[in-house]
Amino acid sequence: MSAVKLHNIVKKFGAFTAVHPMSLDIPERSFVTLLGPSGCGKTTTLRMVAGLLDPTEGDILVAGRQINDVPIHKRNLGIVFQNYALFPHKTVADNVAFGLKHRNIPKEERNRRVAEALELVQLPHLANSYPKQLSGGQQQRIALARAIVIEPDVLLLDEPLSALDANLREDMRVELKRIQEQIGITTIFVTHDQSEALAMSDILVVMSNGRVEQVGAPKEIYSNPTSRFVADFLGTSNILEAEITSEGGQSGLTAAAVGFVPLRDEQMAKLAGRAKAYLVIRAEKIDILPLDAGPDARLSFEGTIEAVDYQGQLVRYFVDVQGMKFQVLNMLSGTTSFEDGDRVSVRFDSQDCVAVGED
Amino acid sequence: MMGWGVIRLWTILVYIFMFLPVAVVVLLSFNANQFGSFPVTGLSFRWFVELAENEAIIRAFKTSLLLGVLTAFISTTLGVLASLALVRYKVPGGNFISTLLIAPILVPEVVLAVALLLFLNFLSVHKSFFMLLMGHVIFTLPFVVLVVQARLIGIRRDVEEAAMSLGATPVQTFFQITLPLLAPAVFAGMLFSFTISFDDITGTLFWKPGGVETVPTQIFAMLRNSISPEINALGSVMIFFTVGVPLLGAAIARRLGNHQGR
Repeated sequence: MSAVKLHNIVKKFGAFTAVHPMSLDIPERSFVTLLGPSGCGKTTTLRMVAGLLDPTEGDILVAGRQINDVPIHKRNLGIVFQNYALFPHKTVADNVAFGLKHRNIPKEERNRRVAEALELVQLPHLANSYPKQLSGGQQQRIALARAIVIEPDVLLLDEPLSALDANLREDMRVELKRIQEQIGITTIFVTHDQSEALAMSDILVVMSNGRVEQVGAPKEIYSNPTSRFVADFLGTSNILEAEITSEGGQSGLTAAAVGFVPLRDEQMAKLAGRAKAYLVIRAEKIDILPLDAGPDARLSFEGTIEAVDYQGQLVRYFVDVQGMKFQVLNMLSGTTSFEDGDRVSVRFDSQDCVAVGED
Repeated sequence: MMGWGVIRLWTILVYIFMFLPVAVVVLLSFNANQFGSFPVTGLSFRWFVELAENEAIIRAFKTSLLLGVLTAFISTTLGVLASLALVRYKVPGGNFISTLLIAPILVPEVVLAVALLLFLNFLSVHKSFFMLLMGHVIFTLPFVVLVVQARLIGIRRDVEEAAMSLGATPVQTFFQITLPLLAPAVFAGMLFSFTISFDDITGTLFWKPGGVETVPTQIFAMLRNSISPEINALGSVMIFFTVGVPLLGAAIARRLGNHQGR
């Protein structure tokens, strides 16, 4: 049985539709991420599940029970907010105990569970501190402890990492995932950060303009986007307008600068009934080699480096191939490096190319 | 450097100009001599004793105290409720209502006083202690609304949402989360209302029913007859109250706000 089920939920604010009919099944114990740019409807969706917004249409079910009309304080959900939202006038222990008090848990059990929760987030020594004495990372852990101590049916995380520093954010990412797996709680996570989404999720839901673009495992979505938006939003892609053609019985896409690229049948099937076709090549799937490099099985084009952007262990090249601009991400190797104006060989495997359609 | 010296000297002169008269009043209130003249000829509490034995003044003092406390209580309650509505909910015409609530500060008090008096006449409502109280509520309310609104805007909505998600009803959330966080502002609003009501004279002169005197109107009445040293003593008591109460309040508010970082 799914832990959370959204059935054709819609949210309208006046004439503006923030969430178009949306359905989603969230399996028990899974970590589901709603990913998209700001304004895509991910937070609105989360707030509807939380009970902070009423859906205009549709049903929300938690553990098989319809909860549309259940007020937030009776939903038994744990919510972690972007800005922690700790109670500034209560100690850490009282913050964590708040939900248990409202569940009339006897004092001894309450104290035990608060201690366990603080243990889980590895901050038992801060029980008597006040939130303002804590760092951002510590506050976020306490907020997490406060949300899970009530043993909620679902844990809702509203961009919980985005207020933290970059380094801390990665640590918290690992920590959050560890805790989620340890207690095995169904989790809905909202973020606009694709690296967080890819690293943490069991199921990724990519949203744009109030609609679900694609649902699936992170790897599957990354390697096989089904829409132009997803191809563009996740990672760095080269997206070329293309025509469906075939050569020698092999069907594929023909685009400017690269010509005919044969594609596997399952990729071609994605274009059935679509008005436009695009050829997608991930920036890291393209290799830049010296012009005099020996030929290999891959497609090969001549190009000119227009700009080089060093990013530590990676380097990003902007390459012009017959007037088309390509972005290429390569590992920085000690021996070869290219500079602006260099003539190079641009290579990629047609097996790494993906087709997306658009209406 | 020369410039700073001049500014410093000027500042000191301004302070002397402002506070010397107050100091003189306090000093003379301890003067043993009947006539307020320098040098002070002896230290004595006789004027305070006479003050305590003056029934008119004691009555006025009680009236002022009651009026101040009731004003503070009513103004604060209304002010907190109004602020909650205006900040937390979408009220139709919210900006207009907000302006209306603040307006009594902008209107000269004498105009407000006359307006209310004429309005009561128009309605043929007689002057009464209740009407006086309502008058004080009207012009202390803006201070409460301003202070409480400012604080309420600073209390993040997600803190309240977090409380509700943990199982607190909206009413429990208000009393356990919002109100404690709002406490310093509520307290400050109360003190403002009390002190403003306690030393108000303009509005009170217009609105008080016959035979009712507050401390300021009592002083005013006494001054019309003669300048008695008792007035100096009364002045000292007033200063003690109107300076002491807010200071005490600020100290309590600081304690209340001690653990509230954000």
